Amino acid sequence: MSGAKTGKASLWPMVARRVGSAALTLLLVSMVIFAIAGLLPGDAAQEALGQSATPEQVAALRHEMGLDQPAPVRYARWLSGMVQGDAGQSLVAGMPVGAIIAERLPNTLMLAGMTAVLAVPLALIMGITAAIRRGTWIDRAINLASLSMVALPEFLVATVGVLIFSVKLMWLPSIAMVSAEASWSDTLRSCALPILSLTVVVVAQMARMTRAAIADQLDRPYVEMARLKGASLSRVVLGHVLPNCLGPIVNAMALSLSYLMGGAIIVETIFNFPGLASLMVNAVTSRDMPLLQACAMIFCSAYLLLMLVADMVALLANPRLRAQ
Amino acid sequence: MKRSISLLAGAPLATRIAAGFVGFWLVLAVAGPWVAPHPVGAFVDQDVFSGLSARFWLGSDYLGRDVFSRLLYGARYTVFLGLGAALLAACCGTTLALWATLSGGMVDEIISRAMDTLISIPSKILALVLVAACGSSLPLLLLICALTYVPGNFRIARALAMNLAALDFVAAARARGERKFAIALHEVLPNMIHPLLADLGLRFVFVVLLLSGLSFLGLGVQPPYADLGSLVRENISGLTEGAPAILAPALAIAVLTVGTNLLIDALKPEDKR
Amino acid sequence: MSAPHIEVSGLTVAVGDVPIVSDISFAVQRGEVLALIGESGSGKSTTALALMGWCRHGGRIASGTIRVGGMVIEGKSEEELSAIRGRHIAYIAQSAAAAFNPSRRIMAQVIEPAIIHRIMTRQEAEAKAVDLFRALALPSPETIGDRYPHQVSGGQLQRLMAAMALITDPELVILDEPTTALDVTTQVEVLKCFKAALAHCNHGRGATAIYVSHDLAVVAQMADRIAVLLKGRLVEEGPAEQVLTAPRDAYTQVLVNAPHPVPAAPAGDDAAPVLSVRGLTAGYGRVIDGMPQIPVLRDVAFDLPAGGALGIIGESGSGKSTLARVIAGLLPAAQGEVLLNGSALPPRLEDRSLDQFRTVQLVFQNADTALNPAHSVRRILARPLQHYHGLTGAAADRRVAELLDLTRLPAEVIDRPVTKLSGGQKQRVNLARALAAEPKVLLCDEVTSALDTVVGAAILSLIEDLRRDLGLATVFISHDIHAVSALCEKVLVLYGGTPVELATRAAFNGSRHHPYTSLLKSSLPTMDPRWLDTTRAPILRGFRVEGLCPFQPRCAEAVPGLCDAVPAPLREGDGMRWLCHHSPSIKEQA
Repeated sequence: MSGAKTGKASLWPMVARRVGSAALTLLLVSMVIFAIAGLLPGDAAQEALGQSATPEQVAALRHEMGLDQPAPVRYARWLSGMVQGDAGQSLVAGMPVGAIIAERLPNTLMLAGMTAVLAVPLALIMGITAAIRRGTWIDRAINLASLSMVALPEFLVATVGVLIFSVKLMWLPSIAMVSAEASWSDTLRSCALPILSLTVVVVAQMARMTRAAIADQLDRPYVEMARLKGASLSRVVLGHVLPNCLGPIVNAMALSLSYLMGGAIIVETIFNFPGLASLMVNAVTSRDMPLLQACAMIFCSAYLLLMLVADMVALLANPRLRAQ
Repeated sequence: MKRSISLLAGAPLATRIAAGFVGFWLVLAVAGPWVAPHPVGAFVDQDVFSGLSARFWLGSDYLGRDVFSRLLYGARYTVFLGLGAALLAACCGTTLALWATLSGGMVDEIISRAMDTLISIPSKILALVLVAACGSSLPLLLLICALTYVPGNFRIARALAMNLAALDFVAAARARGERKFAIALHEVLPNMIHPLLADLGLRFVFVVLLLSGLSFLGLGVQPPYADLGSLVRENISGLTEGAPAILAPALAIAVLTVGTNLLIDALKPEDKR
Repeated sequence: MSAPHIEVSGLTVAVGDVPIVSDISFAVQRGEVLALIGESGSGKSTTALALMGWCRHGGRIASGTIRVGGMVIEGKSEEELSAIRGRHIAYIAQSAAAAFNPSRRIMAQVIEPAIIHRIMTRQEAEAKAVDLFRALALPSPETIGDRYPHQVSGGQLQRLMAAMALITDPELVILDEPTTALDVTTQVEVLKCFKAALAHCNHGRGATAIYVSHDLAVVAQMADRIAVLLKGRLVEEGPAEQVLTAPRDAYTQVLVNAPHPVPAAPAGDDAAPVLSVRGLTAGYGRVIDGMPQIPVLRDVAFDLPAGGALGIIGESGSGKSTLARVIAGLLPAAQGEVLLNGSALPPRLEDRSLDQFRTVQLVFQNADTALNPAHSVRRILARPLQHYHGLTGAAADRRVAELLDLTRLPAEVIDRPVTKLSGGQKQRVNLARALAAEPKVLLCDEVTSALDTVVGAAILSLIEDLRRDLGLATVFISHDIHAVSALCEKVLVLYGGTPVELATRAAFNGSRHHPYTSLLKSSLPTMDPRWLDTTRAPILRGFRVEGLCPFQPRCAEAVPGLCDAVPAPLREGDGMRWLCHHSPSIKEQA
């Protein structure tokens, strides 16, 4: 068929277009972040030298830091630094931003990864169960639970977790210790509460979107047709409906996973977890702009990358494009 | 108004409970200062982190102040900042969405691209960067929270408007020679109101969570003002004692957000089966 | 005579306490085809699906008994019913395009019933499917199963669904409006295949079938018995011949003597044209050298005198609706012009004057989407009155009342939201809104296609009265050839966006036509049960070549070496203009 041929031919340009669009968005995001950071009243040189510095000293440092140059030049320099992995010097710690981040990033990735391993299957099971049992008490219970969980403040989840598991039962530590020497089981134990808290926070949204994606398909004529062939509802959902809502489900997963990167701020803070998000909070408190910008760019890149992956999965799952 | 009341009277129990929670908080936020049993900043208890008692309904905080009174005052900031920011975000987002949809072409392209950019910055990250750059006075917090949720509202409103604009009654209005503004106002907007109200409620929940999260981190509402998130922060040292001073404000936020969320869900038109 | 194969008695299906169908009884002998006939909402699909124990929208079988080949259907659990569905009773849905799962290959879906019920191995099932594909005259039967549903045409999908139903050799096949979504020319082909396949079923003994349809003429070709439903009740049931030739029930008599519109009185043909279209080419995408990237209309031309009526017919995708949108200004033309009272109408909406907007009014096909669901009838009608005529207050109220009266709507609908009106009422409001402008030209785009026959006929006769009384020039866009040939003085036939014939009514009702018009007319089912067997199935070879006759790949009379080499010339004469190498062909008299 001629249609199938053009389908094949148009797949790669579509992939390229999405990658290009994501790259353009990332570039625009970097401009926005750079611009907002530039709103800062006073500037980094003043900040670094304190109130007692003379105007001459400030001017000298400004020149040294390149702050007296026009904004586009500073932006270009900052961007090219970022691209080469040089995010500048932290104003507070006095060491390269890259080194600080390199220390924290693995922790955050580990926390996000372990939460994802727990939350994604749980969310899929909840969402699919609710969809298959649509209209029954199980569906209503899952709906009520997930609606409530979505709106819970994270510090409530975390503090209640601490109260139950560390204060009353004394099963788990309330402070997350992460060190290279610690064994796997120790690390897991000390991260158990942060992981559980984050799971509560992200699982509900994923489960709701999974159910919604499936429920949206259940009214389609092809579902009725499959049922009239004698297929059970479970068979229809798993064999017919899931392939059709892979796109939206993967999208929901990607959204939630990106949340685990940057959204863990409060959980990381409560448990004193040495991750990227709490590093960013410190950067805000101490107004350490180079560090803040770098953290923000990492979170935005992670978001865009995950959305791009989800987009690709949806694209490849569509037989109109995949067919030979 | 009358219609919504009669609608609630016939609604199922869950809806009425959810509506009750939300109404309760709205009333408290307005009337709080008048019903508070103790002055908000007064050190009225010898003890700190005391438990529930007849004098101090929700116990006392880390300085021996009455938690219930502080909660009533704190609720005002949480509720009104949340409502204000959600309304502002919804107005800006929807206006931009209608403009983009009906103009099409370059205008749509530019607005959508700008919103795509903003939505790619996770909301908490955007808020943190803005707080770092601008500070966190009350008006600024309102603007920051609003700006953070404009793109989300825009995305929903644009999708709604696009679907409506493809319908024949919009084509009929265009073929009649109506202007864009009239089409947006008379043809498109009235059909978006219900989903937009639901979205407004959702944004309100998000803003309340974001705002109290910021306050919890010490980056939101600054002393001498205190919203519910600040109350959790200042009493965090009472966590190991399980003091009501830390749980009460956290639960208060949860009741408000969960109640709102349940109410939106209950008022949503039944999905057809 | 043996016991009936299917026996339904006292069947009532209800949602809650509201019955959808009540007290339905009928019996079908083995190998017979029973047709269920009725309007939308008459309960015919509900009745047919109840035979599989399946109720839509939360309904249930409230009372009555259903026996299919000795099996009891009512009161069975979902598991027990699943064992019957697809195994003993199979279903063919209205729209195959929607009933096939878009993300799975056709073969996997066709053999699924056999796999679910474990009656064949995958290899056996696939081999049987290929045999069925061949029997259903599907192209490349060995490989068509490897495709995805979007890669085959609608008519082919419908036949593939028949293969899916027949793969388990079911005792009973339920066909639910299986050709309604198809064009008439495709319908002929699919009906022929269905009839042959059903007859060959069960080793040549023929399958027992329930055929659900709203179209008596189609049913006449397929059914041994006919049951007529009206508002959830069975009004008549009997042998097909008796029901078709000597209906007993009053409603059946209305259906059989289909309300053909009364031929309209011609307006003076010599009147100056109020609307003229010259060399109109339009489409979507970027326009290069006056040709859009995706052309939909090519070189369309016609004149419409004041008070006259022009019909435009063609299959879906022929560009009929696009033509209305171009004239109304919703889609600017790439080439050509539209003249209103002799002066050119600007192609773009932005350049038109209020009076030009007012003069040309478009009545949309689907009143459900053409009327703003947030507005009341009053608001919908008052808006054009204010917009065009500056009428407000009491004057506007008076005019709104007049418009309701003119379109024969009861006065009390005035403050109702349009969502609370019936389909026919909505279409009248839709019409009244156009009349509020006091136009000179009315463009009616398939205004009856979403309505039941009787309601649609009433709308058509209303438009015809208005045309006569108000002197409106009317363009009728329709796929209903009967209606168009009765109402219109001139008929324009579009094929693939190209006008292939423009005929006066007399010429159109005659027997000399462009080959495509002949095909369209011969594809219209008649009440004669022999019609299907005596009608030729349409052919298809090769693809359309730009510049040549667009119909050439489907033309039975194409001359090799001429039609596929030289562009067709435009000819004129005998009240006709046509695009063909032939002189208008003489249709063989059946």
